[in-house]
Amino acid sequence: MQYKSQAVAMPYFIAAIGLFVGQIIFGLIMGLQYIIGDFLFPAIPFNIARMVHTNLLIVWLLFGFMGAAYYMVPEEAETELASPKLALGLFWIFLVAGALTIVGYLLVPYETLAEMTGNNILATMGREFLEQPLITKVGIVVVVLGFLFNISLTVLKGRKTAVSMVLLLGLWGLAIFFLFSFYNPDNLVRDKFYWWWVVHLWVEGVWELIMAALLAFVLIKVTGVDREVIEKWLYVIITLALVTGIIGTGHHYFWIGAPEYWQWWGSIFSALEPLPFFAMTVFAFNMVNRRRREHPNKAAVLWALGTGVMAFLGAGVWGFLHTLAPVNYFTHGSQITAAHGHMAFYGAYVMVVLTIISYAMPILRGRAANPERAQVLEMWAFWLMTVGMVFITLFLTAAGILQVWLQRVSDTPMSYMATQDQLMLFYWMREWAGVMFFVGLLCYLVSFFVKGGTATPARA
Amino acid sequence: MSGVFTKAMARNIFYGGSVFFFLLFLALTFDTERELPNRDNRAELTESAKAGKHIWETRNCIGCHTLLGEGAYFAPELGNVYERRGPEFIKAWIQAQPTGAPGRRQMPQFHLTDEELDELVAFFKYTNGINTANWPPNIEG
Repeated sequence: MQYKSQAVAMPYFIAAIGLFVGQIIFGLIMGLQYIIGDFLFPAIPFNIARMVHTNLLIVWLLFGFMGAAYYMVPEEAETELASPKLALGLFWIFLVAGALTIVGYLLVPYETLAEMTGNNILATMGREFLEQPLITKVGIVVVVLGFLFNISLTVLKGRKTAVSMVLLLGLWGLAIFFLFSFYNPDNLVRDKFYWWWVVHLWVEGVWELIMAALLAFVLIKVTGVDREVIEKWLYVIITLALVTGIIGTGHHYFWIGAPEYWQWWGSIFSALEPLPFFAMTVFAFNMVNRRRREHPNKAAVLWALGTGVMAFLGAGVWGFLHTLAPVNYFTHGSQITAAHGHMAFYGAYVMVVLTIISYAMPILRGRAANPERAQVLEMWAFWLMTVGMVFITLFLTAAGILQVWLQRVSDTPMSYMATQDQLMLFYWMREWAGVMFFVGLLCYLVSFFVKGGTATPARA
Repeated sequence: MSGVFTKAMARNIFYGGSVFFFLLFLALTFDTERELPNRDNRAELTESAKAGKHIWETRNCIGCHTLLGEGAYFAPELGNVYERRGPEFIKAWIQAQPTGAPGRRQMPQFHLTDEELDELVAFFKYTNGINTANWPPNIEG
């Protein structure tokens, strides 16, 4: 590691992985609840499990992004982090606040939690993905602002590279658009309209900047390709991301009461949203093919290539499948949406965070790369998780097609619950694919503890 | 990616393009706000319906159900439930939960008062009247 202060990234990465495990356990619980409806009821009703599943995802990705920034920014800026102490303090605040929130979800009835935490002063809770109590939301803002202050100051006092500028822009965007989570008008249409300013402008907007910056950083390191070339690609990719993604928000405005011209704007621009992900895939493979060195960390290279491909499939292809308004009319809010959500989040954001962890963690532990055996196990984890996710997506897609047909297309539409009974075969297969994913995750955990063989010593 | 196309050009296109499309997005948002009074059924957004939305949120209904197609996919769409089931059925159904039928999906008992049930129904009535461009395709949601 080139700068001492990069070490603060380590606890962030460890917390991210820990919360990831929790997320998957709750995913398996919910998958089973889809089949055995009363599983764990009333101890953990589905809505609580889902809130834990999605909120853990968001929080661990934020831990991953912050860890990534603390690792990357000193190296990019060629200077120590402005305040490692602040970074460490914020880590504990964020971890404790996050843990308390999850414990609150699990142990306190949601309406009581809302009353206890000031939801009657400013009602922000009970909206998908933004279920956090007001005090948690305020806590997130405080932590993120402290974090942004820290890394912005570091960039300002050091070298300014395209990678760090794009990363900063993405992270500032993340903070700014999160502020819309405090806006919850009584008018449901307006509520939904601006809710997407957090959700869509995060995952199909500024997060893509973060993802591209992380990927560019790792590719610079593992391929040794000239920074000028990689940064030019970076700008092209994020141009495609925002030019398509901002107006692409319109694909969420088809059926929520917004004017119908959004069907045109949303369909056309979101049909182009696969382009940045396609560019990322081409970019990653191109750079690895043109590599000027053989980096000893093969696992990190595999993750970097994988994230491009899986993001293109999950966000790009599976997004396109149901984004055109005439198609979406039938698929909106079905298992097809769930299929897309799973592969897109895994391919784009889970994998890119695992990419930077895979690259940085060995260095933080004092070696350029892990021992051969550890890397082999990590690559097993890559394949098990990735193939597991492909199957989850395929089975949910099959369930979705059948659901849409029985409930919405057929001349004699079935009720929602009657339709669900017809999907059980696919829900079982999805659950087993989830088990496969979990086995991959366990391999991933174990890979951190595999010793032996010859570790590649750290350079310098 | 020839030598003619430089990093500085790529950067400028990024900033220019992003600003342009964000401004376009703001303009469309402005126009949307102008159009909404004709579509969003604000006439039925009564105090009672507002209170109903608060109940909807504080019981985390979106954690199982969809509302205008958004939410979780574990339980039926409720944007049009007012039309599909009617007010009395909705109230009776909520009061009867959980069914306790073995192996079936269970909805928690929320102990809502009669007044709260009426407010929730007012919220569903308001939601049902939003112009959603004919979505969902049929009454089953």
